[in-house]
Amino acid sequence: MERNLFLGDEAIAQAAIDAGLSGVYAYPGTPSTEITEYIQSSPIAKERGIHSKWSVNEKTALETALGMSYAGKRTLCCMKHVGMNVAADCFMNAAMSGIYGGMIIITADDPSMHSSQNEQDNRVYGNFAMIPMLEPSNQQEAYDMVYDGFELSEKLGYPILLRITTRMAHSRSGVVRRPMKEQNLMRFPEDGRQRFVLLPALARKRLKVLLEAQSVFTKESETSGYNTYYDAPNKDLGIIATGIAFNYLSENYPNGFEHPVLKISQYPLPRKQLEKLTDECKEILVLEEGFPVVEEQLKGFLGKGIIVHGRLDGTLQRDGELTPDTVGKALGKEIAGYYAVPEVVEQRPPALCNGCGHRDVYEALNEVLKEYANAKVFSDIGCYTLGALPPFRAIDTCIDMGASVTMAKGAADAGLFPAVSVIGDSTFTHSGMTGLLDCVNEKTTITIIISDNETTAMTGGQDSAGTGRLEAICEGIGVEPGHIRVMVPLKKNYEEMKQIIREEIEYKGVSVLIPRRECVQTLTRKKKATKK
Amino acid sequence: MKADIILSGVGGQGILSIAAVIGEAALNEGLYMKQAEVHGMSQRGGDVQSHLRLSDKPIASDLIPKGQADLIISLEPMESLRYLPYLKKEGWVVTNSRPLINIPNYPAMEDVNAALEKLPQKVVLDVEAIAKEAGSVRAANIVMLGAAAPFLGINYAKIEEGVRRIFERKGEDIVNMNVMALRAGYEVAQHLQ
Repeated sequence: MERNLFLGDEAIAQAAIDAGLSGVYAYPGTPSTEITEYIQSSPIAKERGIHSKWSVNEKTALETALGMSYAGKRTLCCMKHVGMNVAADCFMNAAMSGIYGGMIIITADDPSMHSSQNEQDNRVYGNFAMIPMLEPSNQQEAYDMVYDGFELSEKLGYPILLRITTRMAHSRSGVVRRPMKEQNLMRFPEDGRQRFVLLPALARKRLKVLLEAQSVFTKESETSGYNTYYDAPNKDLGIIATGIAFNYLSENYPNGFEHPVLKISQYPLPRKQLEKLTDECKEILVLEEGFPVVEEQLKGFLGKGIIVHGRLDGTLQRDGELTPDTVGKALGKEIAGYYAVPEVVEQRPPALCNGCGHRDVYEALNEVLKEYANAKVFSDIGCYTLGALPPFRAIDTCIDMGASVTMAKGAADAGLFPAVSVIGDSTFTHSGMTGLLDCVNEKTTITIIISDNETTAMTGGQDSAGTGRLEAICEGIGVEPGHIRVMVPLKKNYEEMKQIIREEIEYKGVSVLIPRRECVQTLTRKKKATKK
Repeated sequence: MKADIILSGVGGQGILSIAAVIGEAALNEGLYMKQAEVHGMSQRGGDVQSHLRLSDKPIASDLIPKGQADLIISLEPMESLRYLPYLKKEGWVVTNSRPLINIPNYPAMEDVNAALEKLPQKVVLDVEAIAKEAGSVRAANIVMLGAAAPFLGINYAKIEEGVRRIFERKGEDIVNMNVMALRAGYEVAQHLQ
């Protein structure tokens, strides 16, 4: 059998194509980006007319996916963990309406925050919405779960949440593909108006249906091939390992498990197997990547006074991703290290690229803000967040997508002057536009800098939704045309840039500055491509 | 057969291409492989690393346990030292000697070299110079792969085949440049050992 060398993300993408996908909807976000990129560059996906253009944000992505599912087709929606916060309104309610065409939502969580501002575990969202969840332990399982997941979704009538973490998303391994399926034809649910109109009277009924479905979901978990019980002689301890934690456990027992092990890769929790494990074993150790989701449930619902070890009692660290070493330590194994990191090794943090326009924006902005005693710069999520580091040290906040505009407004409302917002073009269209309308409606004295590199740079240069139309968008929202100022961020323009920044800070109202210069990374790639 | 390899360098140096070629060659040899890599924020000039595991038996963890790596391949000398806790006692370090200095507090080269000197098994070579000599300036990463080739436990011809396959879609010139780079690194390292 031919094995394809796939990233976890690529295995998911290929599986979706093979399973008869009609559309993927997503906003770029590490570590989920490569799923959509793979489908965008797949010739067979193109031939099949599979939708794969980027959405403006995760909320529009999930809603669009739900619409496609409503029309009977199979759809995939991908996001990084914090993207789920943006999509949560639709997510919670899609669990109420259910779906029609198979729908899989991928959440790519980032424990240890390799490229994120928190490490939330979105299995909590799955439990919150009470829908079935899958959590693969390897790339082949990721492929199979997606391939079969659409059918599972259609059979149950609910979206499936598939949770991966950075190590699964960005690790490669050999994957065997399965035969390609046809796409679903367009068709609509006969009971559509009973399900998809969530008026209170109908929603109450839907909630009862969702609650009744819970026992069905649990039965699915109990009979799932992804949840496996491995018996072993030493029953002093029983081990539960979810998702890729199972790999780290296996790494520590190359010759077979010493204690009984329950591998969990499908939720809700398989109650029957859990009861077997807790009946047979004296104490339980829970190994899970992320928050103590299973550990907490176990302590709660069994109520038999069994002893559960995990992240809550300090057996494993409470934060950060697991490794074979941390798991080994929890199992009481000696970790053999021979060499220490020599003292000579220094930290090498990421930095803005040489020649990047954001550098010039911060240089000019820093100069001007020296003239003010209380200036604060509210920034946002993207490459320009690196302006927090030396030599710039230019920003005061970075919280969530779009928060630069609204936080600057709140601080301005509190009396701060000057209140400056620095946001990228893609982040602005993702979640900054709505906040700008708040500012316009109140004529807030605020200076918003949309540092426009005409791409979604941090995630690798995906299309940006507002490219070429930012001035029109701002004008449409109501910013006065005279206070939408475009400039080219280059050293030779510093004096002009500083002058504009100064003028607009002094303007008592909403100003939008748009320093615009293409990302040096995408520019280099384009040059290379035209050379060929 | 088992080879646990840490690839290290600075974002943009091309460690992922090295990983891709080894992965391709390993799969071709019928080996199991897992390779964990870093994408996203740290790619912007920060330190990057990849865990690459090859075996004739199924592999459990995507990450290499501490003290178990057979080999560290590094495109940058200070970065070769950052992952030493992963190296096993008799493991090899194959590293570029030329520093990439993009931080203000980069240590003195003699201190970096002294730390490298202490390692029992290492190959230290200037891959940029070798790449230049071979007429493949832009393939310094593949020169490094060539230098590390004898340690991989994979037939050289298979690695060359991997290079051809990975760069195939970029055209024949790019393929040839990389094949030459691979050969140059391989030959220089043979003399150094």
